[in-house]
Amino acid sequence: MAKVINIQPVTRIEGHAKVSVFLDDAGNVQDTRFYVQTLRGFEKFCEGRPAEEMPRIVVHICGICPWAHHLASSKATDALFGVTPPPAAVKLRRLMQNIAYISDKILHFFFLAAPDFVIGPDADYSVRNVVGIVNAAPDIAKQVVHYRHLGAKILENFAGRAIHPTFSVPGGVSKPMTEAERQDMLPKVKELLEFSKFVMKFAKENVFPKYLDAIQKLGVIKVGYLGTVGPDGSLDFYDGKLRLMQPDGAYEDFAYDQYLDYLGEHVEDWSYQKFPYAKKWGGFALDPANPQGVYRTNTLARINVADKMKTPLAQAELEEFRKSFGRPAHQTLLYHYARLIELLQAAEEAVMLLEDPEITSRDIRVPLSPREARGVGCVEAPRGSLIHDYTMDKDGLITSVNLIVGTTHNNAAINLSVNQAAKEVIKGGAYDQGILNKVEMAIRAYDP
Amino acid sequence: MAVRVVEDWLNACSGCEISILNIGDPLLDILPLLEFRHMTALVDHKFFGQLGDKTAMEIPEADVAIVSGGVRNAEMKHELEEIRKKAGVLIALGSCAVYGGVPAQANMWKTEEVFDKVFRHCASTEPHADPKDPNVPPWTPTCMALDEVVKVDIAIPGCPPHPDWIVEALTAVLEGKGSWSLPERSVCDTCPVIREKKSVGGPVKRWLTNLEFNPEEGLDKMRCINEQGFLCMGPVTLAGCAGKTGVPRCIQARTPCRGCFGPIRKGANPMVDMMGALTSVGLDAKSLLDRRAMMNRYIGGHGMLRPLPARPAR
Repeated sequence: MAKVINIQPVTRIEGHAKVSVFLDDAGNVQDTRFYVQTLRGFEKFCEGRPAEEMPRIVVHICGICPWAHHLASSKATDALFGVTPPPAAVKLRRLMQNIAYISDKILHFFFLAAPDFVIGPDADYSVRNVVGIVNAAPDIAKQVVHYRHLGAKILENFAGRAIHPTFSVPGGVSKPMTEAERQDMLPKVKELLEFSKFVMKFAKENVFPKYLDAIQKLGVIKVGYLGTVGPDGSLDFYDGKLRLMQPDGAYEDFAYDQYLDYLGEHVEDWSYQKFPYAKKWGGFALDPANPQGVYRTNTLARINVADKMKTPLAQAELEEFRKSFGRPAHQTLLYHYARLIELLQAAEEAVMLLEDPEITSRDIRVPLSPREARGVGCVEAPRGSLIHDYTMDKDGLITSVNLIVGTTHNNAAINLSVNQAAKEVIKGGAYDQGILNKVEMAIRAYDP
Repeated sequence: MAVRVVEDWLNACSGCEISILNIGDPLLDILPLLEFRHMTALVDHKFFGQLGDKTAMEIPEADVAIVSGGVRNAEMKHELEEIRKKAGVLIALGSCAVYGGVPAQANMWKTEEVFDKVFRHCASTEPHADPKDPNVPPWTPTCMALDEVVKVDIAIPGCPPHPDWIVEALTAVLEGKGSWSLPERSVCDTCPVIREKKSVGGPVKRWLTNLEFNPEEGLDKMRCINEQGFLCMGPVTLAGCAGKTGVPRCIQARTPCRGCFGPIRKGANPMVDMMGALTSVGLDAKSLLDRRAMMNRYIGGHGMLRPLPARPAR
């Protein structure tokens, strides 16, 4: 008899989501859905706010990646006021972003994803979590808790807040870095770089090899990719142009403020989360057999679209990765591998920024005057390209807001991966909690 | 025996859960004392059975429930009511749970106005009817704090709450206490800046220039932000953002307070009090832009923010 399996809530992800798997009379997967069940309405309630308040209002969209919203919004408001922040301000923003990235990657890999890989996808749910990891691998757990928190402490010591920061402002940042602060921070960030190297080595030796089979099978879909590259084609988290790559690897680059020519958002009746798609690829269709307009963001997308990484250790890892999996790589579980390559770049770039003498310049903010304008700001959030598009009136009040956030870009792709994974693991009506967890693993790879 | 815990986020951003992790190294000592029976962020317990075949939401029995986020839709309301039935002590974690939080800014509009913008007037969105499906729970008429729906035993405000207070409140519960609260002090009581009780006067300045300060010197050498002519919500905001020992976090960043810990006392009206504080240092309080939204940024539940009546036709 036909049947529906409801997985709710989807766990070890951020927010409220539910999966339904629809089985036919033979117990095979007929259809699936990944529903996002919440909506807060930021695009409405930011209307009327003074533009300079935006970078500290929109942080509340996400408590895991507030720095990404903080900086995308700062860049959008820079554009509203028509100013370019001084070089030291940009370096300080980049530094904060990279350090926030480090904590975020450690969080996702070890707290959210690792239980599936370290404890095992079929383990009982009561032990398949971070507490299980603490018991199974106490030494590693200790380091993970310590270094994720070290990143947060570095941000707090310098910028006051790690969660929901206020440090970046339209036209620059709120305070310069003193030489004493630089000297205090540098050795700590070097510790984070050492830990990042350890994590990469640990995963390549102990985690990825065990799951090569699953990597080739679970959640694999062949769609396009979106990410930011700098002037030399290297992966850049903070600035550059957006690169939209087709499933076969052909790509087009465009400036942030041109995004409406390339990206549209479709709405379905059954999800609060919209479905962005590539406008020039012939419309949108969520048909698993023949998807239209679907692209992905976040780690795997970024390392697929980039010609190279920005830093040497990350570049060496990318070369090794591409030897095994090619470009673009379509295996969804490789998001985890790509996440660790990015972890290395974030740590290396943070060290480089702190070793740059210009970072302690006192020239950190330019003056601002309200005017009528539209401004688009974009950064790479941990979960994907993050677009903030604001309009401001002559009094400097916000009149319109459009946001496309990282995970929203991945909505269609997550739906397709859930469908693929469910069909891969559920056959003839046979499933258990471990099998259903494998369907969720296809979601967790996207770190939504 | 470990204390049984249920934790979940409702209309939230995950920042409160990250703040729990920001307990840092001591977390490893606390974890063995707790048995997480449900925690969407970290544990794979499901509401409708591990095989997804049940029809009623199952919340495990718990000694303590920790809930972040306010209530924004029918399903969150139902979940919160179920949690209340199963929990000994209910902790509201963070300013969304305690006051409605930033998402309660949406209370300045009617639901249909918000949905009309989101699904029909966003630049990149193909206009479409509002999603309508059993799997997208309808909004409640307003974004509510938890105590607008159920009885809350312990409130830990803050956006985010500081880990020191999370540990202290949890410790109180582990010791069998059913209540805990932050001391009633203002952010100014914990702020080391120089105060002379007068400002340069004139209109309240917008945040378009930085504060005046010497970065080589501590906050104790910087003039009060209100006295520099900017809005800082310190005088009407509950202290505690930097934990037991630190100085206020936004001030550390050389930026003004926006009131994320909420009012100092229950029932206080920060807007009225703040207008008084600005006037008392000689600023023209009425010149403050967007003051209703600004002064209720974190506390828009409890009817503090509502749609304004339609303006008469001109």
